[in-house]
Formats: sequence, C-alpha cells, structure tokens
Amino acid sequence: MSEIVSHHAHGISLQRINAMVLRYWYLLMSSWPRLLELIYWPALQIITWGFLQNYISQASGFFAKAGGTLIGAVILWDILFRGQLGFSISFLEEMWARNLGNLMMSPLKPIEFLLSLMIMSLIRLAIGVIPMTLLALFFFGFNFYAIGLPLIAFFCNLIFTSWSVGVFASGLVLRNGLGAESIVWTLMFAVMPLACIYYPVEVLPVWLQYVAWALPPTYVFEGMRSLLIDHVFRADLMAWALAINAILFAASFAVFLALLQSAKRNGSLLAGGE
Amino acid sequence: MRLLSQWLNDGHMQQRGTGQAQAPNQPPAADQDGSAAIEVVDLVKVYKTTRAVDDISFRIARGSITGLLGGNGAGKTTTIAMIMGLVLPTSGRVSVLGAKMPEQRYDVLGRMNFESPYVDMPMRLTVRQNLTIFGRLYAVQQLRERIDQLATDLDLKEFLDRSNGKLSAGQKTRVALAKALINEPDLLLLDEPTASLDPDTADWVRQHLETYRKTHNATILLASHNMLEVERLCDRVIIMKRGKIQDDDSPERIMARYNRDTLEEVFLDVARGRAREGAPEDAP
Repeated sequence: MSEIVSHHAHGISLQRINAMVLRYWYLLMSSWPRLLELIYWPALQIITWGFLQNYISQASGFFAKAGGTLIGAVILWDILFRGQLGFSISFLEEMWARNLGNLMMSPLKPIEFLLSLMIMSLIRLAIGVIPMTLLALFFFGFNFYAIGLPLIAFFCNLIFTSWSVGVFASGLVLRNGLGAESIVWTLMFAVMPLACIYYPVEVLPVWLQYVAWALPPTYVFEGMRSLLIDHVFRADLMAWALAINAILFAASFAVFLALLQSAKRNGSLLAGGE
Repeated sequence: MRLLSQWLNDGHMQQRGTGQAQAPNQPPAADQDGSAAIEVVDLVKVYKTTRAVDDISFRIARGSITGLLGGNGAGKTTTIAMIMGLVLPTSGRVSVLGAKMPEQRYDVLGRMNFESPYVDMPMRLTVRQNLTIFGRLYAVQQLRERIDQLATDLDLKEFLDRSNGKLSAGQKTRVALAKALINEPDLLLLDEPTASLDPDTADWVRQHLETYRKTHNATILLASHNMLEVERLCDRVIIMKRGKIQDDDSPERIMARYNRDTLEEVFLDVARGRAREGAPEDAP
C-alpha cells in the first residue's frame, strides 16, 4: 500500500476543496481575457442602465422619488446571474479541458467539487461586481453599500438561488455533454421576467404571480423596492426566500446526483463531448 | 443520515460487504489476504441496444501486468471504465483492491490512478501546477519532493513550468504518466498509454512502467492496440471481441495456441474470425 498518501476516504476534505479552488485560481490568473470578461459586462451594464435611470428620473416623478431602484436592481440581478455563471463556467472549464475523467477518477467527491465551484463563484463575483458598485457610486452617486445589513440578506438569498441553478445546469451538461452548454448561458434568463427585477409583482397577471412568488429572487427584488422606496426592510420576505432557497438547493443537488448516476449508466463521463 | 451518505458518495450508498465493522482508513478486508487486485464477475454493459460488454469474468493478480486487447468497439474502454467506477454495469460485479465498485470506490480511489486518451490535463496550467493540484487531490505528503522526484524520473524538469498546452505529444504523455503515478498507486489503469508516441518515447514509457511495477509491486491493467507493447510488458493477455473474452492466457501460450509468431498475427486471426488451430471458433 502506498505510503506517500494520507488516506481520508470518508467525510469532506478541505484539502481537496482547496486543491480545486487553486486549480481555478491558476486558470483565472493565467488568462487576462478571462479576467477582463469578468469586469467588462457588469461595467457595461451599470453604465447603460445608470444613464437610463438618470434620464427617466428627469422625466418621471416616481423614479425621481425612488432613486436608485433601477441601478440597485441591475446590481442585484448581476449578483444572481454572475453568481450562476461563476459557478457554471468553472464547471464548463473542466468539460472544455476534458479533465472531468481525471477528477471523477480521483478521490474528489461530488460535494467537494460543488463546494469548490461555489467558492469560485464568490471569487469571480467579487472580481466582477465590486468594480460595478464603484462605478455606480462614481458616475451616478448610488452607494450600493448604503443599503446596509439588508444587503447581506439580499446577497445570501440571491447567491443560494444562483448556486441552485448552477448545480442543476451543470448536472444537465454532465449528463448530456457540451451539446447542452447553451442551457448554462440561458437558464437564468427564464427566471428574469418572473423574478420581477425591474417591476413589482402586481404588474404580472394574477395566475403568473403565483409562479413569481415561488422564486426566491422575487422576494429579494420586492424587498429591495420596499427598502429603497418605502424605507422598510421586509424580514418576512427574506425568511420566505430563504425557506424556498433551502428546498431549491436540496432539490438541485438531488437532481445533480441523479444526473451523475445517469451519466455513469450512459457512459457519458468519459465522452464529455456533444 | 442515509441521504447525507448518498450526498457524500455521489449517490451510492456506502456498503460494507462483509457486514463486519471496519476502521475507516484501513483497506477493505479482501485486500489484506493478498487476493486479486481486480475481480470481475459476470460483467455486462448494455447501451440501449448495444451489448458493449457481454458477460465477462476474470481475476487479476496483484503485482501483475495484464493487457486488454481487442479491436475498436471490443469493449476494452467500457470494461476499464466499469473497473474505475466511471460507468455503471448493467449487471455483474467488480471489486478493486477488495472494494466493491462503485459502492466502496472512495475506499480505494486514493490507491488507484489512470491515464487515458479520453482525458487531458488542463492545457493552460503549467505542468507543476497540474501536478500540484492532483497531488493535493490525492493527499500526497511532501508533495514538492514528490513532484521533483517524478520530474527527474520522467525527464520533465526542462518543461515543469511550461503550460501543458505548449508541450509536444510525447511530453504530454509523460506528464499524464506523472499524474498517474503521483500517488504511487497500487493499481494503475492505462488506456493506450503509448498511443501517438514515437518508438523511442514509447519504449522509454514501457521501460518506466516495468520498473514501476517491479519497485512497487503494483498491478497494471492496460488496454492497447500495440501488440509489441503487450508482448513485451504483459504477463497475461485478455483478448476481447464484441464485448466477449475470446482468449485469456500468457502471450507465449496464446501465440503457441494459435500457432503464430507474434500477437499481431493472433490479433488479426481473432479480428477476422479465423479459428485457431485445434480449437473451435470463438471458444476461449
């Protein structure tokens, strides 16, 4: 039996999670286009929407009163969207590199793999969103951090949703190969109209409102509007979002495991292609 | 607890085959008595309507080198993938180093490793970064020294800090081999280990594998199309065709049985359905 290896077959290993985070960090640092891409789109988004907000604030009394709702919504949407992308792109890197077989054959467990992707999603998000918030402050005088403690509740709920979607999309790619890659890029956009990012839930038809309230981001965006317009923090909305997130997170993980098992039955783990 | 166990072990319930209590970091009991490194019993894999592996059984002794031969679509890669636990069998069972696959795979994954043309090392990372990451995944102690040792053994020193994507095919194969040996595995599974290598590098890799087997009493199972490689390296050859085992013996005895001078001639006999002399066609 090999003596150079310490055997920790059971439980979760921080060392293996750390190894995977290091792998993605090396990758990110080795490629300036990857780094630039993280900052480029969020910066473009905030500048475009910020100027739009400035324009409609001048034309509409409501927007003048509800200063920052549009910019706040753009930043929170980016946390949701980039959080999922940060998770899923790191996963896709393994598919593109044809490295998944090496990982699946190593002692790395799926839960450790997913945890490392979550950590990477936070790192990538920080690289993209922090400059975005600074641009919002500099160009439009909107201090995102002035939201204060409620920001933590907003952030946690959005990041949990993004991870759930990321886990689910990664499972689909794992099972169906890179032919399913477009799902990773587009799945979150299906949530966009229903999560009521830029408008209140009441705008939707009644039957669609039930669907909207089944999505945790809806509670966050409603909560943000309540905070910025009425200056009231709705803890009840955050609690609902957290409860639904817990269910979504468990369900996405169960689906991922089921898809992993299906990939093993189907033999697609070594193929990895289309 | 059951759900948690499933989450931790990619959907497989952790099973203790004998029902006896076992210390978590000890090798499974069947391995301690020196039994087979790999045991495959009545293994079948069906993909939709294709029977990729059709009821095969074999045992591979510890410390041996076994070659898995067969044409394209013979079922070699699927068999190796089932041994690794990357493909689930339709029926039958596999145990590796005494652990039932796939249920107990995490008990033995740290003692195995593999190399395959179906996977790559990340291209943008340097050789040293790749080996560091895999060393950490395998919990290799004194990793820096281990990487230096592998760099010396496999002649990687001059490109240790170069991106994997900038290496030649031969250099990449040596890096993949370094990754496969990073944890000094007791069991090494190799799929076409010298494919796309020039004869000199291929010979060098074979020499290294032979040395590794001798110095570590390791078990090696390799799938190959290179008959000379199999003749030179393997104590035993398993020939597969259309998912079934066609023959299973030492290279010398197989060549004698088919009345051929080389394994390549035997391979052609099997591939083209020519019956060996004095034996019924397709009988193992």
